[in-house]
Amino acid sequence: MTEAVSRSAPILEVRDLTIALPHGSDRATAVQKVSFSVSRGEILCLVGESGSGKSVIAQGVMGLLPKSLPVTGGQVLLHGEDITHAPLSRLRELRATRMSMIFQEPMTALNPVMRCGAQIDEVLREHTKLKPAERRAKILATIREVSLPEPERIFASYPHQLSGGQRQRIVIAMALILDPALVIADEPTTALDVTTQAKILRLIRDLQRRHGSGVLFITHDFGVVAEIADRVAVLRLGDLVELGPRDEVLKQPRHDYTKMLIHAVPNLTPVHRTPNNDGPVVLATKGLAKTYTDGSWFGPRREVHAAADVNLVLRRGQTLGIVGESGSGKSTVARCVVRLIDPSAGRIEIDGEDIATLPAARLRPLRRRVQIVFQDPYRSLNPRRRVGDAIIEGPLNYGLSRADAVERARGLMALVRMDASALERYPHQFSGGQRQRICIARALAMEPELLIADEAVSALDVSVQAQVLELLEEIRGRLDLAMLFITHDLRVAAQICDHVAVMSKGRVVEYGSAAQVFGDPQHEYTRALFDAAPGRGFDFSKAA
Amino acid sequence: MANSTEFDSLSTESATVVAQPSALARVRANVSVRIGSSVLLALVLVALLAPWLGTVDPTLFDPASRDLLPGGQGEITTLEGDSIKHTFLMGSDGYGRDIYSRVVYGTRVSLIVGVCTALVALAFGIALGLCAGTLRRLDGPLMRVMDGVMAIPAILIAIALVAIWRGSLPTVVIAIAIPEIPRVTRLVRSLVLTIREEPYVEAAISLGTPTWKIMLRHILPNTVAPLVVQGTFICASGILVEAILSFLGVGLPPDIATWGNVMAEGRAQFNEFPHNIFFPGIFLAVTVLAVNMLGDGLRDSLDPKMAKRV
Repeated sequence: MTEAVSRSAPILEVRDLTIALPHGSDRATAVQKVSFSVSRGEILCLVGESGSGKSVIAQGVMGLLPKSLPVTGGQVLLHGEDITHAPLSRLRELRATRMSMIFQEPMTALNPVMRCGAQIDEVLREHTKLKPAERRAKILATIREVSLPEPERIFASYPHQLSGGQRQRIVIAMALILDPALVIADEPTTALDVTTQAKILRLIRDLQRRHGSGVLFITHDFGVVAEIADRVAVLRLGDLVELGPRDEVLKQPRHDYTKMLIHAVPNLTPVHRTPNNDGPVVLATKGLAKTYTDGSWFGPRREVHAAADVNLVLRRGQTLGIVGESGSGKSTVARCVVRLIDPSAGRIEIDGEDIATLPAARLRPLRRRVQIVFQDPYRSLNPRRRVGDAIIEGPLNYGLSRADAVERARGLMALVRMDASALERYPHQFSGGQRQRICIARALAMEPELLIADEAVSALDVSVQAQVLELLEEIRGRLDLAMLFITHDLRVAAQICDHVAVMSKGRVVEYGSAAQVFGDPQHEYTRALFDAAPGRGFDFSKAA
Repeated sequence: MANSTEFDSLSTESATVVAQPSALARVRANVSVRIGSSVLLALVLVALLAPWLGTVDPTLFDPASRDLLPGGQGEITTLEGDSIKHTFLMGSDGYGRDIYSRVVYGTRVSLIVGVCTALVALAFGIALGLCAGTLRRLDGPLMRVMDGVMAIPAILIAIALVAIWRGSLPTVVIAIAIPEIPRVTRLVRSLVLTIREEPYVEAAISLGTPTWKIMLRHILPNTVAPLVVQGTFICASGILVEAILSFLGVGLPPDIATWGNVMAEGRAQFNEFPHNIFFPGIFLAVTVLAVNMLGDGLRDSLDPKMAKRV
């Protein structure tokens, strides 16, 4: 950031903004007395965990707040004009021309039944008097500017014909076509894979430099902050607790909450550990494959290799990580091992016994040895059953008496650091992190030998994620479990895995000890993956 | 990574920003639910307390008291042959029967038919829907049969079935319920197919829970909310269809007082004595409206998508 830029008048100024929450919420206001500004040519990152009010601020600036969340104090100034209570007609004029927004989910931000070109065209028709030919030329130029190949084809494509990254580029093109002074990006890369994320971040950075616009960038990810921010504002439950230049906030955070958040970011360097390589092999897959055939009666059959020739070995007391982007087949492998889906070929040996083709009846005694924790803590527990009933369900299925099962559940609640009174309550009374602890307890109630964590910490806030990771690590050690850890997040993998298998397009492209894979990646894809990890140049553990 | 003291401080976790009131609280707060259920409660009381609401036996008649206007004084002959004085609040029909008594007693029939139709349709629909959603082999054939049933107009099926079995309360209920079954089946099947993919069902599978237990414990309870809503709509349409069948003369026999029967008998004299149709018509409309309001309110307050719209 140059001196000249920082001195110029701010594009956006938010002064003492307070936005109320409806009655019966867990606090009175979504954000209280928040003040910050965004200058020309600057990227300000608003960072916070879920519920911190960061998206509410973005909606407040754009005038998109629902009626139940009224602005009760403060001002939003765009180029000095107070737009806090501006009429809808004025806001409509300003949107797209002076300020625009990039949304999180590119699939839902685009209309699925309109061609991409027509959707961008809508912005121009609404706000300019350009002739159709001029509009078309401008749209094609913008599509080219967001580095999309074959602009003519993209212009005529429907959103579903494009990849997630391409769709997000279209959304960015829509936001930038009228060269607005302020761009609000609300978690624009959260729904994307890490390699795509890196490209989109670079694109936003480049465009912002070229156009000199101010960007209000909302994210929960400190890696992204390190990658893109000029200045950082940290939000906690609606309070702006810290605001400053990026390096200052990331390296010398002043507020305790910021310190806690930054320390909770897992490090990319693997934790040094000496895995016990003498334990018995709990899980071995040999040539495991899952092929989906899209068989129509006529025409050619289409085959999708979700997983092919996967060979893994996992010993007792070890954690094996499967790392990959969406569609890499990592979850397919996990679900085959639990036999939630049937593999198409290969062997899955649990304690040496092949379970790949066992019929349901003979599979049942083996089910207890392999347990799984899923990604989404909000959907992993039946909302209509008490936590206690969920935890004792498995042991009861295998003939444990109710009293013994409840006793075991109590012990497990202590193990996952929750109060035994939680057993009497329903899942909706718990937060995401607590629910994930409950899910872990439910899996452990079966006394499994192999615990599979399928993106088990991906949906959690970074501070909660750190706690759950530590819990998993502790449990693995204490119960001498074998753990299969599926994740898309390299940082998480580095913290918890002894061995890592990197998957891409259904195949394991690299497999070795964590130190080896992280320290000296051999495969091109692994290297690309590491290069794309946001904030890789930053060592968050060294923050003062 | 976090040190162990942070483990205990779950305070850093904030749940959702807007606390969601429980489903029951939302249902209670809903205006439509309140109005609909109050009206229905009043109707249930009317049905239960019918003998004590100044009514006479709805089958009693007196030729001397034919075609009285609402509020008219007259006499009515009891089964024992005694003649007693009676005020005909809603007038009398061409046989000298008290329309007020017939309408009040008709409330019983309508409510019973509505509720029983909904229960029968839901019971069969749930059973068939669970089969279709779980057993892949049954799915295709079962749903094609349901498509077939749906292709026949509901009233025609009902008329045909009543014609075969002769009109009685159970026959009419079953005849009205059968055309509703495919719709419930479809709903349950689609719910089962969605819920079956939920992680908590997959977790139950990996906990070794037998399929039938998963059905009863994990899938069925989570279909309750949409089914309750669907049930109210079936109830409303059941009440209407019963009235239509009776009006057409193919429902319950004319000696049973139902709103449809009263209206059917008043049809011939509609020009001179519109009250014969007016009063049962009002009751029918209010009842169906109340049930539908209850259903709409339940749907709004139970549907999570609507509830999230803060």
